[in-house]
Amino acid sequence: MIYDVIIIGGGVTGCCIARNLSKYDLKIALLEKEADIASGTTKANSGVVHAGFASPREYVKRDMCIEGNKLYTQAFEELNFSFQRIGSFVVALEDNQIVKLEEQRKQGTQDGIPGLEVILDKKKIKYMEPNITDDVVGVLHAPTAGIVSPYGMTYALAENAAMNGVKFFRNQKVRRINHQNYTFVIKTKDKEFKANNVINAAGVYGAKISKMVGLDYFKIMPRKGEYIIFDRNAMHLNKILFPTPTKVSKGILICPTVSGNTFVGPNAHNITDKKDISTTEAGLKEILESGRNLVPNLPVRASIRNFAGLRAVPDTYDFVIDNTDVYGFINVVGILSPGLSSCYAIAKRVIEFLELLGANMTVKEDYNPIRPKPERFKDFSKIELDIKIKEDPTWGRIICRCETIPEREIIDAIHSPVGATTLDGIKFRCRPGMGRCQGGFCRPRLIEILSRELNIPYEDVVKMGEETNFLVAKTKEIALQSVEGGNKE
Amino acid sequence: MKKYKSDVVVIGAGAGGLAAAIEVKKADLEVLIIERDKELGGITLQCIHNGFGLKEFEEELTGPEYAQRFINQVKELKIPFLLDSMVIEITKEKLVYAVNRNEGLIEIEAKAIILAMGCREKTRGAINIPGFRPAGIYTAGQAQRFVNIEGYLPGNTYVILGSGDIGMIMARRLTWEGCKVKAVVEIQPYVSGLLRNQVQCLEDYDIPLITSYTVTKIHGRERIKGVTVSKVGRNFDRIIGSDKFIECDTLLLSVGLIPENELTLEAGAELSKNGGPLVDENLETTIDGIFACGNVLQVHDLVDLVTAEAKRAGKNVIEYINSRYGKDLMKKEIIKCVPGENVNYVKPDIINKRNLSEEIIFTFRVRHPDRRVLIQFKDNLQKIIYKKNKFYVIPSEMLELNINLEESGINPDCKSITIDVIPRPEVLIEED
Ligand SMILES: Cc1cc2nc3c(=O)[nH]c(=O)nc-3n(C[C@H](O)[C@H](O)[C@H](O)COP(=O)(O)OP(=O)(O)OC[C@H]3O[C@@H](n4cnc5c(N)ncnc54)[C@H](O)[C@@H]3O)c2cc1C
Ligand SMILES: Cc1cc2nc3c(=O)[nH]c(=O)nc-3n(C[C@H](O)[C@H](O)[C@H](O)COP(=O)(O)OP(=O)(O)OC[C@H]3O[C@@H](n4cnc5c(N)ncnc54)[C@H](O)[C@@H]3O)c2cc1C
Repeated sequence: MIYDVIIIGGGVTGCCIARNLSKYDLKIALLEKEADIASGTTKANSGVVHAGFASPREYVKRDMCIEGNKLYTQAFEELNFSFQRIGSFVVALEDNQIVKLEEQRKQGTQDGIPGLEVILDKKKIKYMEPNITDDVVGVLHAPTAGIVSPYGMTYALAENAAMNGVKFFRNQKVRRINHQNYTFVIKTKDKEFKANNVINAAGVYGAKISKMVGLDYFKIMPRKGEYIIFDRNAMHLNKILFPTPTKVSKGILICPTVSGNTFVGPNAHNITDKKDISTTEAGLKEILESGRNLVPNLPVRASIRNFAGLRAVPDTYDFVIDNTDVYGFINVVGILSPGLSSCYAIAKRVIEFLELLGANMTVKEDYNPIRPKPERFKDFSKIELDIKIKEDPTWGRIICRCETIPEREIIDAIHSPVGATTLDGIKFRCRPGMGRCQGGFCRPRLIEILSRELNIPYEDVVKMGEETNFLVAKTKEIALQSVEGGNKE
Repeated sequence: MKKYKSDVVVIGAGAGGLAAAIEVKKADLEVLIIERDKELGGITLQCIHNGFGLKEFEEELTGPEYAQRFINQVKELKIPFLLDSMVIEITKEKLVYAVNRNEGLIEIEAKAIILAMGCREKTRGAINIPGFRPAGIYTAGQAQRFVNIEGYLPGNTYVILGSGDIGMIMARRLTWEGCKVKAVVEIQPYVSGLLRNQVQCLEDYDIPLITSYTVTKIHGRERIKGVTVSKVGRNFDRIIGSDKFIECDTLLLSVGLIPENELTLEAGAELSKNGGPLVDENLETTIDGIFACGNVLQVHDLVDLVTAEAKRAGKNVIEYINSRYGKDLMKKEIIKCVPGENVNYVKPDIINKRNLSEEIIFTFRVRHPDRRVLIQFKDNLQKIIYKKNKFYVIPSEMLELNINLEESGINPDCKSITIDVIPRPEVLIEED
């Protein structure tokens, strides 16, 4: 079978393209090398839907971000992911920074970003965000900026795409692409896929995939950003706080997440190893110090986790979105920040490319843009809950006590379209193990449920992919092995 | 929605909850136990080692054996209990809501509630370690559950961070299983668990204990390949050049326990600094008729002390229902108990002046070990009310004192008393 379109990479870029293409009468597949989608940059970033004034005007990423931000409204209504337009502040700590804010406001407003306002009234600023430093002299307020769960949205996109016929293949690392008679033959370890059009959305590996079809016109450098997350009860922020930008970066921000936590980060360090998502002592120190400039009393003792993500930085510093010279091969790579904010605009562009390439863009009659909101224990009233449990007792078995997550939600996460097959997959879909105890209690239960639902032995349950097994043996096995002539029976 | 009524509801069926329920039932009050697990017994069920019951029964029992004695009594007294039922909310009005697979949502109206939800393991210590987040990081209690209850081994070679009791007990348990425990790493200059466990679980098995060290980096992407440990200075800062790499495939965390009080907080009761609810000498929280005992109130190292505390809570609940329930009491006149020098926390947090003539049990822990100390209680007018010498104090051992404040000559007008554990002045008082 020959697919009309194959997308390589299951990050937010690939999944958003898949979902928006699923509207058309096309045979589509998505290949992802990891055990789950949203395992690359999409899993570890700031989750800010930027208003769009930050990048200079000559960059495509600026236009994409401004348009992408607006497209979130409809996507949110259709896909039911967590998203809140809470607004952002760019914070000036010195009088001479106000000029920069004014300039951003003016250009942003000209380019159609609504509601931008420079606020100099300290009382008003403090009222809007009580945690902000007393040293603030002014802020640029962008009311359309928002926060989103980047992986939550990506799961929603993938689910809706799958509902509309897109085939997802995980654990499928693309190793080679042959291009013969206008057909691409894509090889992975154990499978072969054929397609008329290929979309390269492989994130930090984008240049490698592009080279597979002989296209070597850009480079991608990984640039690491580290974060620290604080407990939900420790601090409550109203606004996303950015420092006034320098030439190098948007700086280290302090920001709430859709689940009510607060984080500080990211820093920016160029690295060479595309797998290096480790955090460092120096890096964690750096972000805390920098964060204190905006919020002096960061609740350092209430930190619950640290992590790092890799930006895919192309040598042009701009998105690489090209209908390339290899007919049918589209590059959508180098999607650095604000890639998450821009994904709906990027998908729109790709659809235009496919039209140009002559793909059949008739809208399917049975296309359903709605991904139902996952049912959550916490959203039910007491009476609803009582009815739910009587209909289905798995609503009454609480697996994660910190976040109050019943077995039903976990089973749903496993059996949803493009469902979870790993412990991290469950954790990122419905949060067990993300609470105060970080999985202390629920992990044994989750292993039991995954093993039962996927019909695999306990020892084969993994955290996030091959070689990340949790349990190594049954008790007595190791002891018996070490006894000479020992017999496992 | 199913609705029940009971004089008393006990939340949690660990050592604390069981003993409290038995006490209440013996006074012919109705009591209902609600437990989220599928069995009665709480954390003791996974503690298959011995060392339980030396005080209560003057015998050395395993955890499950200890629990069984109370479970038998619960059954003899026909105390009703709900298993697999998680309490999701309690209110000031003493309504308790629980979910249960068979019955849906249940509402129980009670006159008094006893909180006995136990504690959970801290994960701090791991969370700020830089490096990757591979598979192979567990809390010691998690590993204990896997090995003792589910029958699985979480790894082959281990480093244990923190010298809490569960960590040390697991070091021995895993050694018995043929696993290799490379080291127990403790950031403090001393062991944080009981001496008994240091000797019986580490020294007897030649498991290296490295104090004043901590894990500073985690290696491995998929599964742990090892950890870097480094020596720390006075302020726990890493001493440059002291790094050592230890190969292992599993890191266990045993960095302490913290009372489990989300329900308590949501009901509107105040918590104190140790993470447990703020209580008076009756173990009553800041909400009338809601009492607390066991690890939910303060982390105990010995189950026997949990049992004793729970019996006390039970007695006080009986007194509450028989003489105070439904009566509008005058605004409470109280004295605050303040942890002073080298004292981490103290229970009770407050004392009702109307009970000053009775003996009060104070429990507290020190912040750091010390020798030849003086424990002193002094009021806010700087008058010393009580003094006691102690040869040795360590954070792992909860201190308990029974004091009659009136007989000690407390000024009933004082507002607070401070408890200090200070180096002993030269004058000698009777040794304990
Ligand atoms: C620190 C940081 C902060 C950021 N903050 C923001 C922000 O606040 N707002 C914002 O808008 N953007 C932000 N971004 C940018 C945003 O995260 C990215 O633009 C976005 O996640 C890119 O998604 P992607 O799908 O292109 O890449 P990825 O998520 O990396 O997806 C690429 C996928 O391709 C797969 N793949 C790679 N090679 C192969 C192969 N050979 N075969 C099969 N599959 C393969 C990978 O496994 C991966 O899943 C931030 C980025 C970073 C790093
Ligand atoms: C690993 C470990 C090893 C120990 N070893 C020893 C030892 O060797 N010797 C010794 O003397 N002492 C030991 N102790 C100490 C002693 O056993 C404990 O302090 C004591 O058992 C605690 O009893 P508890 O009732 O307070 O808490 P738990 O036994 O933890 O009971 C609390 C119960 O409440 C339930 N619960 C919590 N929340 C809810 C809710 N919302 N709804 C319904 N139910 C709920 C829990 O499921 C649990 O069953 C050990 C403790 C631990 C943790």
